[in-house]
Amino acid sequence: MTDWTRKSAAEMAGALAAGEVTSTALTQAHLDRIAAVDGKDTPSGVHAFLHVNTEGALAEASAVDADRAAGVSLPPLAGVPIGIKDVLVTQGLPTTAGSRILEGWIPPYDATVTRKVREARMPILGKTNMDEFAMGSSTEHSGYGPTHNPWDLDRIPGGSGGGSAAALAAFEAPLTIGSDTGGSIRQPAAVTATVGVKPTYGGVSRYGAIALASSLDQLGPCGRTVLDAALLHEVMAGHDPHDATSLREPVPGAVAAAREGARGSLAGTRIGVIKELGGDGYQDGVRQRFEEALDAARGAGAEVVEVSCPSFQYALAAYYLILPAEASSNLAKFDGVRFGLRVERETIERTMAATRAQGFGDEVKRRVILGTYALSAGYYDAYYGSAQKVRTLIQRDFAAAFAQADVLVSPTAPTTPFRLGERLDDPLAMYLNDVATIPANLAGIPGMSLPAGLAPEDGLPVGFQILAPAHEDARLYRVGAALEALLTREWGGPLSSLAPELEVAR
Amino acid sequence: MSALERSDVARLAALARIDMTDADLDRLSGQLSAIVDAVATLADVAGEDVPATSHPIPMANVSRDDVVEPSLTPADALAAAPEAQDGRFRVPQILGEEA
Repeated sequence: MTDWTRKSAAEMAGALAAGEVTSTALTQAHLDRIAAVDGKDTPSGVHAFLHVNTEGALAEASAVDADRAAGVSLPPLAGVPIGIKDVLVTQGLPTTAGSRILEGWIPPYDATVTRKVREARMPILGKTNMDEFAMGSSTEHSGYGPTHNPWDLDRIPGGSGGGSAAALAAFEAPLTIGSDTGGSIRQPAAVTATVGVKPTYGGVSRYGAIALASSLDQLGPCGRTVLDAALLHEVMAGHDPHDATSLREPVPGAVAAAREGARGSLAGTRIGVIKELGGDGYQDGVRQRFEEALDAARGAGAEVVEVSCPSFQYALAAYYLILPAEASSNLAKFDGVRFGLRVERETIERTMAATRAQGFGDEVKRRVILGTYALSAGYYDAYYGSAQKVRTLIQRDFAAAFAQADVLVSPTAPTTPFRLGERLDDPLAMYLNDVATIPANLAGIPGMSLPAGLAPEDGLPVGFQILAPAHEDARLYRVGAALEALLTREWGGPLSSLAPELEVAR
Repeated sequence: MSALERSDVARLAALARIDMTDADLDRLSGQLSAIVDAVATLADVAGEDVPATSHPIPMANVSRDDVVEPSLTPADALAAAPEAQDGRFRVPQILGEEA
């Protein structure tokens, strides 16, 4: 019997269209898998999902099957189930952004991306776990407990979108949605051997995405293959009048680029290796697999050059001023008045302070206080103002580098996944996970992480990051699909298929 | 730039409307001080001639057509409120006795 959960989303879509499987069967297979490996009471306890939408998913699957049987024309991914990061509001489904302050909240409206997923007729399996308000690199800051990496359940699945990445790696969903403010799509993809894409800033509407840092946030697709991410990218992207930062340009031809790239040729492509994102501080096995992927690219005709981005050394510091500043403002709406938790006190002011003290976790408190400091009178110019200038320098570095190369590359993260708890009490060590992903957010450019192999010393996944100029998202898919084709040939199959089997509940 | 003192953290927490116990302050102020030290290196990096970037892809005067669109009903908007009355959000008293 076919185990449909192991197929790619593209294969599922093809089988649905050919009548080889129903959406009800596909959706049920994924719900069964979630029941077998995800709950805290299962032997594996991956905990990728905060809420499972069993009835809603099966109802949509059944409706899609009925429409297909009746000959109704359907979108390409109709009937393929999906998981949605809990940062997106979903009408009628609980939405918490990983925070206790929103426990039990049922939004009265859909995010634009949620609406697009519904219009694409994709059954929504549930909401995926994340660090509280997307603040973190390990999901350990989720108010509802961490997600476990399916490659090694004692290790972090990355963050903030660890739930979306782990759901893919554990075959609980073929596609998921993520959000990337400093690497929250790409770094989880790297440590779970999956694919994640942060589109150009403004490429996907953020209406209904619970904001972290508005000048950095971007939603994007997550999948187990480059083509699958491309298919979802085209569902999500496009102009939205409800988001003032939404780009008016046409959706990039992600699927066509992925299909072209899958032929495996990189002839004429100039790949720039960012000197500053490698070397010291990067694990040996990460560097080795990265270099081997570059060799594969050279073998397929790519020209590999080294580029220098000297201002990147300041990126992490600039990010940890800009993000907390914007987050402290965005999170002011959690005041116990209109929705979410209220801890009642005599006055509204004391109610707000008591509500936020109880509802926010430590990392959120740290960043809100840091942001309040960075924006306070007398410090604004020195902190927020200086960080914005560094942002300009980083954009200039990227512009110079893209004059020498079509795409830029680096390891996605400096290390393979570390153990749960290892960095929880050391915020600065945790922040270093995102050192290679943050520059793209500061500059607004698109980036992808795809599997580069397993590090020889620990057998854990390594991610390869590709960056393209703003508006050139299609390049990620062309180059990413080519590299994926070359590496998959060496591995004898997708890296995700080599993950250890999870113990299942019977 | 000087490191954050415990008293600074207490003042900032009050500004940010987050109650802090003594144990919270003990735990968070050391960490915050280390973070501030790490990010405070930026002040002299960019010269005065470097413009600030507030938004990665600049856009100006974004507006939508001046037409009425559907929006939440009052009932929907109030549905998740901790307390509501007469079609409005109900809150505890706004001014304390010292005001």
